[in-house]
Amino acid sequence: MSTTFRAGEVAATETERVVLPRRGGRRRQAPAPRRKGLLKFGYWWWALPGILFVIGIHYVATSVGGFFAFTNWTGIGAFELIGLDNFTRIFQDPTKIGALWNTLFLAFGSVILSNILGLGIALGLNRGLKSRYILRTLFFMPVVLSPLATSYIWKFIFDFNGPLNLVLRGIGLDSMARAWIADPTWAIWTILVVLVWQNIGFSMVIYMAGLAAVPVEIEEAAAIDGANLWQRFWHVTLPSIRPAVAIATTLGLVNGLRVFDQIMALTGGGPAAATETLATQVYKQSFALGNFGYGAALALLLTLIILVFAVIQQRVTADRSEEN
Amino acid sequence: MFRYTKLTGLREFLFWIAALVFLLPFYFLVTTSLKSDREVITSSTLAPPTAPDFGNFLKVLTATGNSNVVMGLVNSIIITAGSIVLLVLLGSLTGYVIARSTRRWSRVVYYLFLVAIVLPTQLGTVPLYIGARALGLTGSAWGMIILYTGMLLPLAIFLYAGFFRGLGTEYEEAATIDGASRTQIFFRIVLPLMSPATGTVAILAGLIVWNDFFTSLIFLGGSANQTLPVAMYYYIGSLVSAWNQIFAIVIVSMIPILAFYLFAQKRFIQGFAGGLKG
Repeated sequence: MSTTFRAGEVAATETERVVLPRRGGRRRQAPAPRRKGLLKFGYWWWALPGILFVIGIHYVATSVGGFFAFTNWTGIGAFELIGLDNFTRIFQDPTKIGALWNTLFLAFGSVILSNILGLGIALGLNRGLKSRYILRTLFFMPVVLSPLATSYIWKFIFDFNGPLNLVLRGIGLDSMARAWIADPTWAIWTILVVLVWQNIGFSMVIYMAGLAAVPVEIEEAAAIDGANLWQRFWHVTLPSIRPAVAIATTLGLVNGLRVFDQIMALTGGGPAAATETLATQVYKQSFALGNFGYGAALALLLTLIILVFAVIQQRVTADRSEEN
Repeated sequence: MFRYTKLTGLREFLFWIAALVFLLPFYFLVTTSLKSDREVITSSTLAPPTAPDFGNFLKVLTATGNSNVVMGLVNSIIITAGSIVLLVLLGSLTGYVIARSTRRWSRVVYYLFLVAIVLPTQLGTVPLYIGARALGLTGSAWGMIILYTGMLLPLAIFLYAGFFRGLGTEYEEAATIDGASRTQIFFRIVLPLMSPATGTVAILAGLIVWNDFFTSLIFLGGSANQTLPVAMYYYIGSLVSAWNQIFAIVIVSMIPILAFYLFAQKRFIQGFAGGLKG
């Protein structure tokens, strides 16, 4: 048995053996014996510039921004504290509510779709394929490109006179052809397509690294015990790549909630605000319209949503890993 | 069990079909950019150009003013390179101290960085913009380098701290016995050992800075020192459906990063897969 499968098996090379998430928590529980007291190597003040930079640019700026969320400042001159007025205005404005839903729709939609597809590709490429490194390079390519630049290509594809409609008319689906980006119902779906297309490669790479760490022997043992392909995937493979799932979904979600570039390139938030998200609204209110206070309130909302989802994600995945 | 059978061959074939469909947008990108102004209107969008016309690239590269693409390219290179250098320097020093320190404050600081990674930039943007304007840093490459360094430093420190934790102290102890100073130990022994970490930080941070549009639009918009994405945005904003020209500029903006990617794709993929730990 072992000789026959060795013959056909493509040996995992250096790149695949990327060591995935040794989770920080577990390492910290068993630290190397450390002496209490002074630093033996380096000086504590080496960390000072870095700490000051991060506190200044992240924490101070964010706190000041959070303060402005409760004011009516326009960027120039005096301002006054207006309590929660900005937030009541947000929740009374259908455009802002729409932007909130769009943000959540795009974030969850792109995470779910790109993770399923990315995992599928990773599983397909994982074992046996001779050209899997070339394929992996090709599927990963959109990840390194600027979202703005790739969005322009898709804008052309979805154009009324573009290739998509040409193909639809060519195969007799004339009624399907439409101005995708100018259509209030379909515009948001075009953005979702672009997001998914660009994120598949990212989740694929995370899953390939995760899968490479799963020993072939476990899968073989399950197969010998009579588990079919689906059972092997659901009960053996998936549980062993849970850390990879956690990383790919958390990062995808955090980035999905901030989606900005693709919308600016494809629709600019239109038609009739049908594709506005919180990030585009923050930009427009703060910088195009000069409503700094109102823009800050929207940004605070976005920040809270991201932090809440990041914490929930961490909790969910932490619980599961203890279950194991 | 995992032998290369006919089924595997079929799977391989199907994956190649999928990959070609997946990369179809690049076919449109290249063919359309090579069409002349007349052909782009008259010919089918699916057809390749009859005779490649490089005139669009010439137009794009000679544009001036707000959409000066060459200027944008130079600025993007300066800002990305400057940010990477500062990030590696500050990130490695801070990450080193945090990883080697046993004091409680280093744990607290570590979590401070962890939270800062997920903290979105939008909320801090307005105060940062006001601060930068007061200091005269808006519209300058220096301002952007400082800004990007601050924004990505938590990620860099987090990556470095993770790598340093995995490095035993034997080298440092040996060097101490040999009489090396702490500064010498760090810069001549520890940092060179950390070149995989440095590569990961440089690639991840470099990509984020190079492709960033939001921050540079706000801080550089309307100035002479625009980065490539902003120059591209303005240039395309002045064109209406001149897809051949739009795609010429898109290609120009992609070439540097794509060349770099194809040249070092293993390092890129490793950087993403191995670098982004929980």
